[in-house]
Amino acid sequence: MGFFLETLFGGLMAGMLYSLIALGFVLIYKASGVFNFAQGAMVLFAALAMSRFAEWIPQWLGFESLLLANLLAFIAAMALMVVLAWAIERLCLSKLVNQEGITLLMATLGIAYFLDGFGQTLFGSDIYNINVGMPKDPAFILEGMFEGGVMISKEDLVAAVIAALLVVVLALFFQKTKTGRALRAVADDHQAAQSIGIPLNKIWVIVWSVAGFAALVAGIIWGSKLGVQFTLSLVALKALPVVILGGLTSVPGAIIGGLIIGVGEKLSEIYIGPMLGGGIEIWFAYVLALGFLLVRPQGLFGEKIIDRV
Amino acid sequence: MLYRENGQFKTSYAADQQIFPIFQERWAMALLLLVAFVVLPLVGSEYWFRAILIPFLILSLAALGLNILVGYCGQISLGTGAFMAVGAYAAYNFMVRIDGMPLIVAMLLGGLSATVIGVLFGIPSLRIKGLYLAVATLAAQFFTDWAFLRIGWFTNNSSSGSVSMARLDVFGLPIESPVTKYLFVLTVVCVFALMAKNLVRSAVGRQWMAIRDMDVAAAVIGIRPMYAKLSAFAVSSFIVGVAGVLWAFIHLGAWEPAAFSIDRSFQLLFMVIIGGLGSISGAFLGAAFIVLLPLALDQVPHLLGIPLSTATITHLVHMIFGALIVFFLIVEPHGLAKLWSVGKQKLRLWPFPH
Amino acid sequence: MNMTDMNSAAAATPSGRRQGEVILDLQNISLRFGGVKALTDISFNIREHEIRSIIGPNGAGKSSMLNVINGVYHPQEGRILYRGEERRRLEPYMAARQGIARTFQNIALFKGMSVLDNIMTGRNLKMKSNIFQQALYWGAAQQEEIAHREKVEEVIDFLEIQNVRKTPVGQLPYGLQKRVELGRALAAEPSLLLLDEPMAGMNVEEKQDMCRFILDVNDQFGTTIVLIEHDMGVVMDISDRVVVLDYGKKIGDGAPDEVRNNEDVISAYLGTSH
Repeated sequence: MGFFLETLFGGLMAGMLYSLIALGFVLIYKASGVFNFAQGAMVLFAALAMSRFAEWIPQWLGFESLLLANLLAFIAAMALMVVLAWAIERLCLSKLVNQEGITLLMATLGIAYFLDGFGQTLFGSDIYNINVGMPKDPAFILEGMFEGGVMISKEDLVAAVIAALLVVVLALFFQKTKTGRALRAVADDHQAAQSIGIPLNKIWVIVWSVAGFAALVAGIIWGSKLGVQFTLSLVALKALPVVILGGLTSVPGAIIGGLIIGVGEKLSEIYIGPMLGGGIEIWFAYVLALGFLLVRPQGLFGEKIIDRV
Repeated sequence: MLYRENGQFKTSYAADQQIFPIFQERWAMALLLLVAFVVLPLVGSEYWFRAILIPFLILSLAALGLNILVGYCGQISLGTGAFMAVGAYAAYNFMVRIDGMPLIVAMLLGGLSATVIGVLFGIPSLRIKGLYLAVATLAAQFFTDWAFLRIGWFTNNSSSGSVSMARLDVFGLPIESPVTKYLFVLTVVCVFALMAKNLVRSAVGRQWMAIRDMDVAAAVIGIRPMYAKLSAFAVSSFIVGVAGVLWAFIHLGAWEPAAFSIDRSFQLLFMVIIGGLGSISGAFLGAAFIVLLPLALDQVPHLLGIPLSTATITHLVHMIFGALIVFFLIVEPHGLAKLWSVGKQKLRLWPFPH
Repeated sequence: MNMTDMNSAAAATPSGRRQGEVILDLQNISLRFGGVKALTDISFNIREHEIRSIIGPNGAGKSSMLNVINGVYHPQEGRILYRGEERRRLEPYMAARQGIARTFQNIALFKGMSVLDNIMTGRNLKMKSNIFQQALYWGAAQQEEIAHREKVEEVIDFLEIQNVRKTPVGQLPYGLQKRVELGRALAAEPSLLLLDEPMAGMNVEEKQDMCRFILDVNDQFGTTIVLIEHDMGVVMDISDRVVVLDYGKKIGDGAPDEVRNNEDVISAYLGTSH
């Protein structure tokens, strides 16, 4: 039982990170109808920027404070993500307005490839660290209930808290601010939003910037745990089934879908994996999402799609 | 002789429906085939065959298969590598487990196995569209990656996970030297390219394009969406499966599942986009571009005296592909093939464009 | 107005065309999308060889009616009898097999294909060669392709679009696109042709051309035509019978003259009753 709980917690933590990346997907899909394959590349790009700026900025300015370095690196990386969002809108999205979903999807694949190459050309292609002072030692909980307690990583715990905070912040942003309301209006109907004077281009830059912010946070958490390297870009592929499961247009769906996939992956690997020769983690999420898709195409919380003629 | 269609009147519908209705084009094609089948084998070096021509031809074939699905029928696939792998491993098993299995039969059986799996993963396309289908085909990709790595039966319980094919022959002729390999691949590719061209200019091809352009209208004039989509999946994965067999048997000789990873799938999709969605020649142009670009980036700066590191080339290739994909999607969705035909159109009227 | 009135009214038509049996009978059709009622309890019939118009203000449910007839929408209530047989849960491609063809309000051509290929798709149902024969493009498959090409050329001649046959339809002006769409429907040699606003957005000349085509189709091939159109002049000129919808309900049905003088119809169009 203790082992089961450990696996469960481990899955929840991993799921929280999937949720963070899925959140980026959902935000962009809601506001622009683009299924952003480049979200993973954005995570890698942001994480590379963060880690390298944290290394370079103290050298340039000649100081040694880790906190200050991280702070400045975060600001610089975020600024870079905003520039990126602007460039993507200017050079790509604005030229593909009213194209079909499949075209936009392929365009974001192109963006992903470009970012992978560009990021590694700018920042290098080794494995880098992000040190934002996350606790590395494990903690034990529920020691009263099980012998030896249940081990969880403090790092994961902090990460989960940060992820949860981010979700709350985004929810508030969407519900309470004027920009958030405009974003929701755009999500509902591009043309109607435009006709009441909401500038679409600006909204898209904002959305891609917010998605860039989510990518940066995910990149920092993931990078500080496992190091910043090319494989980060592939993490986004893990987040795809999450969005399908949760529903493409639903923020809570992204969160809950992420948790389900995270937990499902870990549990299935431990309890079903050995029967199939192991390593099933790489396809489990996909098969789960695919099965779900056939039963309920719009996902857990997505809006029902009605085709009109 | 100038490239003109003046004076070439067609007196029958058969003449009007030829693949190359203008006779200069027929001559150009004949010349191209002559060069490919006769001149190149005489003058080509081993490096050409091994590193450029054979991979180019096989990837063209795979891109052709993918183009039928994406370019003609409008169904996206991010799992092309998986269907290549199914073809390769199935053919391998037919060869290993059945004594005296001829290469061509094994190749076709490999293609058929890919068809079965392709149709199976194509079934969701009846209910879902676009990005959802991308996820379904990605599922195929990850699942086959895993299956060929972890399930020993597929690799005949090879301890290293790698399998190999040696001593191939067709009708008693050994396919060993680079030239014979090249000629074999070239023949297969030409046959399939011709059949694919025939399909896309027949009723089936029109059904695919109708579904791609407007599925409701297609259904209303009597096209069954299910039949059209599944036949596109079947034909596409058959061709892709055969390309997988060639890639494994002829090009690689010994291979692991990594040869058919998701990178391969993306690479093929890029060939189709850059070469031209919905055109047969586009598959060849796209493949040529993607095979040649890394070589050019390696060679040209070298000749100029500023050699680039391997890592830099990889990154540059990524950036160029990415930028080009976005460029073509925005400016010319029909890719290089369209630029080519626009050029031809201009030439036809040159030097008096009005 | 009751059913018997309507039928007797149909006997005398402005053009004096011979009318056959009832080919399609719609009884008490109701269609809802979620809570929105698109059609409520609508009944009318269509006779062989006639031109039957459906008119009504925007949002009256005219297009929905066509979508019900050819199986794009499935009504929650009501019966549909086609050639005397009740049909259930018909898919669009099955309707096409039974000889029902249509055009759309917003042009629904295959924009990546040439005019010729678009019209050729209309012949698809009549093509019998299988995928292997087509891959070889040899013998039967090639002859079939040529035979159908000849039929398609007849349609192209009929609609006077010979000079654009190889042009991608996306490059054609609007009026010609409408014509090509009619051609695609005609290529199927339908017995029942549904036309959804074939003249919308056209100038007077183009409208006259289109009217001529519709009347010729009706006259030469005996095709039954259901027409949705906003131009009252056209409707009253060429229709045998007219059904009027408003807010998803039928408010009038009968010969053009009758409908013109119907109080409900007048008020629906002038907006006095709402």
